[in-house]
Amino acid sequence: MHGSGIPIWFFIGVLLTAYGVMIFSYGIYELATGSYPPLVQLTNLHAPIWWGAVLGLLGLFYVIKFRPGRAR
Amino acid sequence: MLAFSALPLARLSGLDIAVIAIYFAMVLWIGFYLKGRSNTSEEFFMAGREMTAWIAGLSFVSANLGSLELMGWAGSAYQYGILATHWYWIGAIPAMLFLGLVMMPFYYVSKTHSVPGYLKLRFGEPARILAAVSFATEMILMSGVNMFAMAVVMKIVLGWSLTFSIVVSAVAVTLYVALGGLRSAIFNEVLQFVLIWGGALVVPILGMVQAGGIGGLKARIITNMHSDTYFHLWRDTGHFSANPMGVHWTAIVFGLGFVISFGYWTTDFLVVQRVLAAHNLRAARMAPIIASVFKMAVPFIVILPGLLGLVLLANPDGTRMQLVGQDVVSSCDVSTSPGCSAALAKTKLPDDYKERVESGKPGTELHSYSDVLPLMLVRYCGPGLLGLGVTALIAGFMSGMAGNVSAFSTVWTYDIYKPLINKKGSDSHYVMVGRTAIVIGVAISIGAGYLVQHMHGIMDYVQALFSFFIAPLLGAILMGMFWKRATAPAGFLGLLLGIISSVSMFVWVKFDAAALSIVALSPDATDMSANLYRALWAFLITVVVIFVVSLATKPKPLAELDGLVYGATILPKEDPVPFYKNEYVWAVAVVIIFATLNILFW
Repeated sequence: MHGSGIPIWFFIGVLLTAYGVMIFSYGIYELATGSYPPLVQLTNLHAPIWWGAVLGLLGLFYVIKFRPGRAR
Repeated sequence: MLAFSALPLARLSGLDIAVIAIYFAMVLWIGFYLKGRSNTSEEFFMAGREMTAWIAGLSFVSANLGSLELMGWAGSAYQYGILATHWYWIGAIPAMLFLGLVMMPFYYVSKTHSVPGYLKLRFGEPARILAAVSFATEMILMSGVNMFAMAVVMKIVLGWSLTFSIVVSAVAVTLYVALGGLRSAIFNEVLQFVLIWGGALVVPILGMVQAGGIGGLKARIITNMHSDTYFHLWRDTGHFSANPMGVHWTAIVFGLGFVISFGYWTTDFLVVQRVLAAHNLRAARMAPIIASVFKMAVPFIVILPGLLGLVLLANPDGTRMQLVGQDVVSSCDVSTSPGCSAALAKTKLPDDYKERVESGKPGTELHSYSDVLPLMLVRYCGPGLLGLGVTALIAGFMSGMAGNVSAFSTVWTYDIYKPLINKKGSDSHYVMVGRTAIVIGVAISIGAGYLVQHMHGIMDYVQALFSFFIAPLLGAILMGMFWKRATAPAGFLGLLLGIISSVSMFVWVKFDAAALSIVALSPDATDMSANLYRALWAFLITVVVIFVVSLATKPKPLAELDGLVYGATILPKEDPVPFYKNEYVWAVAVVIIFATLNILFW
């Protein structure tokens, strides 16, 4: 968006970072404890770990690049 | 009406609820943050006309990407295969490019606030009022129907009560749109677009791994369905009965690809409003082109999970799960109901499974086609990811509803309230009217939603309402924008008679089934096919009426058509940009990808 103010991409970055951290952490917990949801398939692929990491890294990129006050 | 399964499909963990709660907190934060930047009417209704091409483009495609659409088309893919992809490709891409390259300059240069506003400039007040009243009614009803349907989805998937879902989502949407206006709606639509992808993309990825890639998926479908028609977009559309959708290629190309698609993507103010908020003409032209790239990719998260569901979903006993129509689920909601046996007889379920359903044995619940996306979500997503997937569904619903109410608010204020009720209000007065319209609009939507609960089949009529109006509107706008000779009385009459003829054809087929072979050219045509042909005839009637009446009436002087009509407008010269920012270069790239995909899946 033009003009001053917080860009939408920053909000998106914050949300994705939060989700990434939460889902990645749960994936690590699953891996460490070996307790997987019984009805979920392909748990051996550890989707929460890699998908959480993707979301978190993407979110961090947006947070840093579009943080308020940074000249663009 | 949709029926409710005895047990919800999924149970949310604390982590899932936290994911959903954070989403609601974020949308409200955006609404409150933007409140201070929505004080003038230009800011509130047009987002200050300062959106970049990317934001306007993502918002443009997101406003259309409702969760009902996601679930409905995933279900259609389960039923009909990749024929359902037509609604994302030929049913969208050519129209989006046409809007960006050809029509946008006229909408943008005329500085209109709305599509009915353009009709006022081109064809006068009666055409504007007719379009505005039809559109406002449609928006409110669509919003209500979608709200109720979404609540039903939440009931089926999560076991939430209808009232809880309706109240929570309605309050959130009302708050963030009433506070921040169109800017808030657009911001949230972009956020929701990202969330929809973030929540839904993991399903086709894991599904493809499990199916053994595209080759494995094809082989399994041929084994299970004994046909490869599920993988062909065009090959089997030479006759109505040769494909599972019962649709002919002429209906797809002319009805869907031209009238319905161009009508929706180029004249429906719900989507056009997003592009009008762009910060300059080049951004306004680029926005639909950017949107078309993402629209082409949507089948990956909608159609592919539907196809994967066809071969991967399994019953608790390990046999292949077969989804059925909503009418069968409703008939067997109480398995002992008398209609259940008859409904089951129409399905291809194995006989022993039918018997078990009828005897009400546990583990034999029926699921409808539109459940395929949630079922796939539950199959692969544990805590956290499931919450994200559910958030994607909620986000999809909220973006659609926010689109409805923000467009309603603008059309109500500019095209109904201002010309008919109070012409001399101050700017702040109209902002207040817009905010009030959002609150009242949502309240009426809730009423309409509950009405649906008690009026069986009303949803079909509301969908039909959309088709009554969109094709004649396209005829009027195209004739107005590209034919200098078109006159004001002709525009109004064409629009009116187009709407009347569309309604008449709908009623005719409802009361006389034999009329289907006249309206849709074949007794084999499905309702979907009939809708496409009805739209085509209504469009042609509008065009012919405008043509004939224009020849008999006096046209406007050429000078009055500046900024409104092709050939009478000198478009502002745009500054040169590098090739990678040029809209024509991107449009050519989109056309090449579009053509390649159609040939690849011919």
